[in-house]
Amino acid sequence: MNSFLTHWIFALPEIWVLTMACVVLLADLYWGERLRDLASVLTMLTLVGATVLTIFEMGQRGTAFAGLFVLDSFTNVAELFSYLAVLVVVLYSKRYLVDRGIYRGEVFVLLLFALLGIMVMVSGGNLLSVYLGLELLALSQYALVAFYRDSVVATEAGLKYFVLGALASGLLLYGMSLLYGLTGTLDVRNIAGALVNVAAGNLVLVFAIVFVVAGIAFKLGAAPFHMWLPDVYQGAPTVVTTFLASAPKIGAFALVIRLLVDGGYGMLESWQQIFVALSLASLVIGNVIAIAQQNIKRMLAYSTVGHVGFLSLGIVAGTEAGLASAFFYTVVYVLMSLAGFGMILLLSRAGFEAERIDDFKGLAQRKPWYAFLMLIIMFSMAGVPPTVGFYAKLAVFQAVISAGYVWLAVIGVLLAVIGAFYYLRVVKVMYFDKADAEAGIIVRDDLASTVLSINSLALLMLGILPGPLMAFCFYAMRGMM
Amino acid sequence: MTYSTLLSDAIWTPILGGLLVLAVGDRRAGAARWLALLVSLVTFAVTIPLFTGFDTHTAAMQFSERVAWIPALNIFYHLGIDGISLWFILLTSFLTVLVIIGSWRNVQERVAQFMAAFLIMEGMMIGVFCALDAILFYVFWEGMLIPMFLIIGVWGGPRRVYATIKFFLYTFLGSVLMLVALLYLYFHSGDSFSLLAFQKTPLGMTAQILIFLALFLAFAVKIPMWPVHTWLPDAHVEAPTGGSVILAAVMLKMGAYGFLRLSLPIVPDASHRLAWLMVALSLIAIIYVALVAIVQEDMKKLIAYSSVAHMGFVTLGFFMFDGVAIEGGIIQMLSHGFISAAMFFCVGVLYDRMHTRNIKAYGGVVNVMPIFAALMMLFAMGNVGLPGTSGFVGEFMVVLGTYQVSPWAAILAATGLITGASYTLWLFKRVIFGGIAHPEVAGLKDLDGREMFVLGALAASTLLLGLWPAPFLDIVHSSVQHLVTQVSLSKIPV
Repeated sequence: MNSFLTHWIFALPEIWVLTMACVVLLADLYWGERLRDLASVLTMLTLVGATVLTIFEMGQRGTAFAGLFVLDSFTNVAELFSYLAVLVVVLYSKRYLVDRGIYRGEVFVLLLFALLGIMVMVSGGNLLSVYLGLELLALSQYALVAFYRDSVVATEAGLKYFVLGALASGLLLYGMSLLYGLTGTLDVRNIAGALVNVAAGNLVLVFAIVFVVAGIAFKLGAAPFHMWLPDVYQGAPTVVTTFLASAPKIGAFALVIRLLVDGGYGMLESWQQIFVALSLASLVIGNVIAIAQQNIKRMLAYSTVGHVGFLSLGIVAGTEAGLASAFFYTVVYVLMSLAGFGMILLLSRAGFEAERIDDFKGLAQRKPWYAFLMLIIMFSMAGVPPTVGFYAKLAVFQAVISAGYVWLAVIGVLLAVIGAFYYLRVVKVMYFDKADAEAGIIVRDDLASTVLSINSLALLMLGILPGPLMAFCFYAMRGMM
Repeated sequence: MTYSTLLSDAIWTPILGGLLVLAVGDRRAGAARWLALLVSLVTFAVTIPLFTGFDTHTAAMQFSERVAWIPALNIFYHLGIDGISLWFILLTSFLTVLVIIGSWRNVQERVAQFMAAFLIMEGMMIGVFCALDAILFYVFWEGMLIPMFLIIGVWGGPRRVYATIKFFLYTFLGSVLMLVALLYLYFHSGDSFSLLAFQKTPLGMTAQILIFLALFLAFAVKIPMWPVHTWLPDAHVEAPTGGSVILAAVMLKMGAYGFLRLSLPIVPDASHRLAWLMVALSLIAIIYVALVAIVQEDMKKLIAYSSVAHMGFVTLGFFMFDGVAIEGGIIQMLSHGFISAAMFFCVGVLYDRMHTRNIKAYGGVVNVMPIFAALMMLFAMGNVGLPGTSGFVGEFMVVLGTYQVSPWAAILAATGLITGASYTLWLFKRVIFGGIAHPEVAGLKDLDGREMFVLGALAASTLLLGLWPAPFLDIVHSSVQHLVTQVSLSKIPV
């Protein structure tokens, strides 16, 4: 009886988010017309509640529902960062959505369902539950991208994302089915046990790993599975782009942890090699193609591919410290892209998207504070100390060198220099160019701009004192191997 | 060893003060200037006890501080100085005061941001000279690029954008491989980022050579050595006067400091093996770059090339592995810190009045600006290396030390003294002497009190170091002896 109760207690944050998502849906239906902020306020309350529940669970470990659900330090930490990311997106979103007439409850319901999907992925101990979480996330994302019906590009992006996303899910599912056929179980830990008896060169196993990794690479946005990313990032309403570039990356990283580490750690050498290739391709394609972009959303999309290349270096290392550094990189990336896209959100207004790089011209003269924040964001993405982006790169380089891949680190740092160029270009446009007369950036100081200031300054503060955040990410990975 | 926070104070006072200046805002320019001056004076005052409390009898690190900073990666906030670092900290805090006074009037746009950038950069430069943890060193080393990038890009000349992006990417590219080398060293020093632990780590020859080359790239770009010096003339020409002063006087020194603190003691065998390369590059800088300097039309560019040539003496001295030569190199760094700063200030004084740096636009300045001409004369003589000025001490010691090891190198280096005299004196003659060549020159006003103070302070330093170098040498002596011992011992595991 006691154990029955434990199952439900373990899954309490998930149950809470699910319940509240339904509550928001219904409440918005009845009172949404009169209380326009209701959905967003309820969403924020949901996230705060979930945070409390997760903190309450910290330190507990175990499985529930016959292994479908895993609670460990990674579950806790990854869920906390996901709440934070969604909370920041909600805080940024209001004015952008109001300006475009899409400030409706459905956005927030979809965000909550997407979050639930991430949570299920993070805590999944079974191929089925992981896949279920992935699909919940993916379907919510498709709907979010295409949500702004009046925008042709958003609709097009939604369709593209759906077609390619479905293909990737199919690849992943195919890999999972091969794993099932090979081991006769869907439980990730049992798969790990059963794989011990499979010869390393087994062709079916190789295919299974390739398909699974391809699916994960698609969700992460690693080249050559990155084709959807620039179009979707550019086409989606910026609020949705901000979300896409944040919490779902934690979900995608959870796939690495749950499927490859929990399940396939014995096959480390097989998937390590694939990640070397993915990492190299992402580093080169992301950083080089970003140089040619004129649209800042598209530039940041390619920069995402580059960042995935860097964080894959930590996965390549395959050690506990390596995965911890990759996780740290993911968290830092989430913070940076929240701030970066948040800035675009804040500088946009009705009928004007601040999405050309030239729109930032002369920002330092007109809005010195926001230019300064953008400066921090750009230098952090470039990985220049003393911003937190540097420590993220440092950690993955350290991990990959410890694994003996010095040459990979050398290529990585050289591409970091190439990457620095296009981030510098944004700084150059803001600080060294004169403002265009017609560039119509107006910033209203409100809650969102305060959050953005905190978000951006955090990149600098965490750069000066990165110890605690890093320790937290290392704590998440402790004992995972 | 007593615990003190003096080094932290010296690093953080200007950084926090810089943020304070930023908060004052550009609209209250006067307040920002005074506050910046106050902060720089306080910082200078904070660095004085480092000198008065310094123990010259030991080569050990003094004023050490060590706190866990990023435990997950074993990174410590570890500071400490020896005789080699001390002078550069003082040089930095001294010159920042002068730069702030020197930029008092001629920077009118975004004053608070300008002052703040200098103060924050000062803190980071001091940090480089104190850091004993490799990652901390790297953080300060790279972090400094951001304010300099903005200083050149925002307040610079017409081609500032090209110059500053070139500066940033060049130095960034040079530095990143150093990061890989430092991480590699971490795994061979028993999981420690301490520079002192690196110095004790045994390493095979191949590893040493690769590490040496990675560090070499970072330091050579910064110094800069031929052939990776091409960013410097561009950066100098476009930078505002204050930026040029800090760039020439302090930033270039960090590269040379890096050789002393990292390359020589960490990879001594590779340093010996590749010394021929370093000597060759240094001699090319001394001879060839000096010839390049002669033909320059732009005063700043000429001084920039002369910096490259003078830094050639520094690196030449270091790679003789001889006490006298290394001490000479250090004195040359200090001396060049004063003289190049003064030369750039002199160009700034002229530029503020005439808005051109073209040598042809001048002539006969002595007739209207006698005080300025006299002071510039002193600095020109220092640049030439005339006895009595600081320039003589450094170059003489380097050539003397070099002669004991390699007479041919010493003879070649000594020819550099002649070319140095040619370009400096010719510049001086064309700008200062002769009849008044252009009507604009006739209207020039001599130095005002502020300029006189800045140039006077530098003149006093140049003479002090030139006439009485003993106290300067006393401080560096033990540390250099220790370094010479370190670099003479092989670290290749038997």
